Amino acid sequence: MVNIEIDGIPLSVDSSKMIIQAADEAGVDIPRFCYHKKLSVAANCRMCLVEVDGSRKALPACATLVSEGMQIRTQSKIARDAQRAVMEFLLINHPLDCPICDQGGECELQDMSMGYGAGVSRFSERKRVVPDKNIGPLIQTDMTRCIHCTRCVRFGQEIAGIKELGATGRGEHMEIGTYVEHSLVSELSGNIIDLCPVGALTSKPFRYKARAWEMTAHPSVAPHDAVGSNIEVHVRRNEVMRVVPRDNEDLNESWISDRDRFSYLGLNHPERCLKPLIKIQGQWQETDWQTALEYAVEGLKSVKAKNGADQIAGLISPTATTEEAYLFQKWLRGLGTDNIDHRLRQQDFADDACDYSLQDWDLSALSRSDAIVMLGCSVRSEQPIIAHRIRQANLRGAAVFDINFVRHELFMPDVHQHAVSPKAMMQMLSGIVKSLLPLAKDIDTSDWLPLLPDRSPTAAEQNVAMQLSNADESVILLGELLEQHPQGAKFRKLVSLICRLTGAKLVWLPTANSVGHWQAGAIPRPKASEAVPLNALSMWQQSCRAYVLFNVEPELDCINPSLAMSSLQHASFVVQINNFVTEQMQSYADVILPLAAFTETSGTFISINKEWQTFTGAVAAKGDSRPGWKILRVLGNLSRLSDFEYVSSEEVLSTLKTELRIQPHGEQQTYLPEDLLLDKGLTYISEVPSYRCDPLVRRSIALQQTPEMQDLTTVKIHPELAEKLSLQDGQQVLLSQNDQQHALELRLDETIAHDCVYLPATTSVSARLGAGMTGVEIKSAGSLT
Amino acid sequence: MTEMQVTGPAEQLFNEQLRYRLDNWIAKYPVNQTQSALIPCMHLIQDANGGWLSDDLLKALAVYLDLPFISVMEVATFYTMFELSPVGQHKISVCTNISCQLCGSEAIVEHLQQRLGVTLGETTADGKFTLKEVECLGACCGAPMLLLDKQYHEFLTPEKVDELLEGIK
Repeated sequence: MVNIEIDGIPLSVDSSKMIIQAADEAGVDIPRFCYHKKLSVAANCRMCLVEVDGSRKALPACATLVSEGMQIRTQSKIARDAQRAVMEFLLINHPLDCPICDQGGECELQDMSMGYGAGVSRFSERKRVVPDKNIGPLIQTDMTRCIHCTRCVRFGQEIAGIKELGATGRGEHMEIGTYVEHSLVSELSGNIIDLCPVGALTSKPFRYKARAWEMTAHPSVAPHDAVGSNIEVHVRRNEVMRVVPRDNEDLNESWISDRDRFSYLGLNHPERCLKPLIKIQGQWQETDWQTALEYAVEGLKSVKAKNGADQIAGLISPTATTEEAYLFQKWLRGLGTDNIDHRLRQQDFADDACDYSLQDWDLSALSRSDAIVMLGCSVRSEQPIIAHRIRQANLRGAAVFDINFVRHELFMPDVHQHAVSPKAMMQMLSGIVKSLLPLAKDIDTSDWLPLLPDRSPTAAEQNVAMQLSNADESVILLGELLEQHPQGAKFRKLVSLICRLTGAKLVWLPTANSVGHWQAGAIPRPKASEAVPLNALSMWQQSCRAYVLFNVEPELDCINPSLAMSSLQHASFVVQINNFVTEQMQSYADVILPLAAFTETSGTFISINKEWQTFTGAVAAKGDSRPGWKILRVLGNLSRLSDFEYVSSEEVLSTLKTELRIQPHGEQQTYLPEDLLLDKGLTYISEVPSYRCDPLVRRSIALQQTPEMQDLTTVKIHPELAEKLSLQDGQQVLLSQNDQQHALELRLDETIAHDCVYLPATTSVSARLGAGMTGVEIKSAGSLT
Repeated sequence: MTEMQVTGPAEQLFNEQLRYRLDNWIAKYPVNQTQSALIPCMHLIQDANGGWLSDDLLKALAVYLDLPFISVMEVATFYTMFELSPVGQHKISVCTNISCQLCGSEAIVEHLQQRLGVTLGETTADGKFTLKEVECLGACCGAPMLLLDKQYHEFLTPEKVDELLEGIK
């Protein structure tokens, strides 16, 4: 600690701090453009020049370390003159087109020029003009306005991990750009919009839509991944105009993913459901809420009377709020069914009674971990903010292993990647356990010994084992593809054995708000006396008579689209509560209730850190749509259930919290798989692309135009597999699964694991297929067999 | 000019002879700091490619050094000594910065333009000379000056320039 004085205020600050950090903490304002607390110091804008006693010239506050006895003046003549002079230089080439600039009103340069700029420019020469660059569907460029602070360049290099923007040319000819025009590929790219202090980089979908001062800001929480990034929803005249991040050091720091930033564009999609709809004698008609709700309740009652309550099944999207999940299960349980689930893509429920809750783990542990292992986890698309945290850990020296069925570019400096088939992954995990067994002194592994292969572990397996056991803190992250696997429980139990042997933490990455859904009880809870309730898979396999779907599009969101659709077609009554209405829905549903989106309802998302983040609605529900908790409350009333008199979502939340206090979760059980064998043959790798994960994201047009979302309907296999099957790149192939054949185009791709057939899920093509992560066959479409 | 490989795996890029010389430079810096070897590597490739660097060559160099392509382009576009389009057999870089200007670089430029029949930034029709204007080359004490290929020539007069050009076959 050193003692300094800023503008006469005595301060005691850490000696590693720069003047600007000390000033920020003390609330002394120093103007700046290039400095950003989360980026490296560039000191190239010179706006933060301050006077330091004993120095001949003004010094940049962002790049000058504090030292004992330092006297700093930010308002002295030397400092003000220096800042004014810098401002004059910055404005030489700046177009001053504020009236037609999207940044106008929230522009750092505009604000600073009010404080430090001269009223009249002394520069009468021509200003330079820089051509704009097309860097994709999300970010608009106006490069003439750029003042070369290089925040965007440093963001790419330091945070996103991929340097796509750079400063080419020299002096007056310097330009920020990509040199060869292309779309940015980072999943965090939208953050450069916030970082840019001028209007050079602005939001493309938001362009010319609203002025900063016309909008009101509403704090909210993003629903698309488990992080629960804190966001601010900007609203004008009851319309969501844009979404920007809200700082939260424990979760999203200063960033949000492009998915969280641009998903709001789906709110006004033409498919948005605005009126309650009911099907009467095969004809869809708009109706009022009362009729629709009564129709729904009557329909379910008659199924209950005819077929029994256990013929009713309910599925809820994990993007729903905790309150919605709670009321959903309370209502259905009130009707007498326990067939309730939110784990739309899970296939193996054998270890249901095991406890995977993340009790003593949160995101801050990632930055302390020395070893991080990802299994079946495409972390950049599933959990972009967690990917950023892992990257920072990797930069700090943590060993990172990415064991997946496809090798994705991770933009991490030193990561061990293995693209393996499910079978090979199981072998690898077994090998890791084998190399750990000599260390197992106090841990009883006798149950497992017969299951493990009789071979010595490979060098790669030993490496993972060694890194995990040597680490002070380590973590194994289970991703979505592993969750989807029909023998997922075998993987999970083997991984939890590794964790017991090494002290690593097992983190089964939650999908969206699934932590909240577990708390709210949106899962089938077996009761000793009754039949086993149906889970998200068996309710399709058993083909129930009635389904209640809450913001679920089964042909896209469920693991087995063709099975789900045939069960729905055979059901006698289907209630769909959704933000949107599609032809598909109209083909199977009987009632469609318009649901308010997350910006239009109050509720709570529980983050991966187990933080209960309650938010309020930013805008009124669109059309006749209503917040989910209100719809479910009235459904409960109409079903004549007691304790359904909630008048606010807070009331729902406090009931849930009381219930959680009274009845803690059931006792934890253990589960041991009988064997570690998997099916032979090829596996259909049904990965969910990043911008297809829920109904709202799928309808954000700008996100769908990104390069990652192109080419989602071709099958990809490894060239060596293609050679074995004598298939060529670009040819038509037949993908066969359960006697069904689908003709698709083939691409050869070295990033796909051997014995795997990669085809993204949640597309119109995958909607016709059966279960993901199961066996498939592939052959040339030309052969007639 | 020798044939160079610009696509494919890093260990096969360029040609064997060039790779040997690039590796020599890379080895002078700590592991993972290939960026330090970027400028000498660009010089080697430029010399081997008849005095200029194509985008394909720079892309290949980015792969070879494991750097982002844009980082290579930042350097390539910053320094006047790197050419991003074909140049003549000999490159004449005249300094027109302050010291040289005060000592009469304008007359030197004028004389060169007339004699060669090209303006600044152009190459003579026979492909022999490229004339370009550069910023300070750090030889102010010998102003006005020019750089002919890799040689400084100072205290220039139009006569001295003639002598210089006649000396080139």
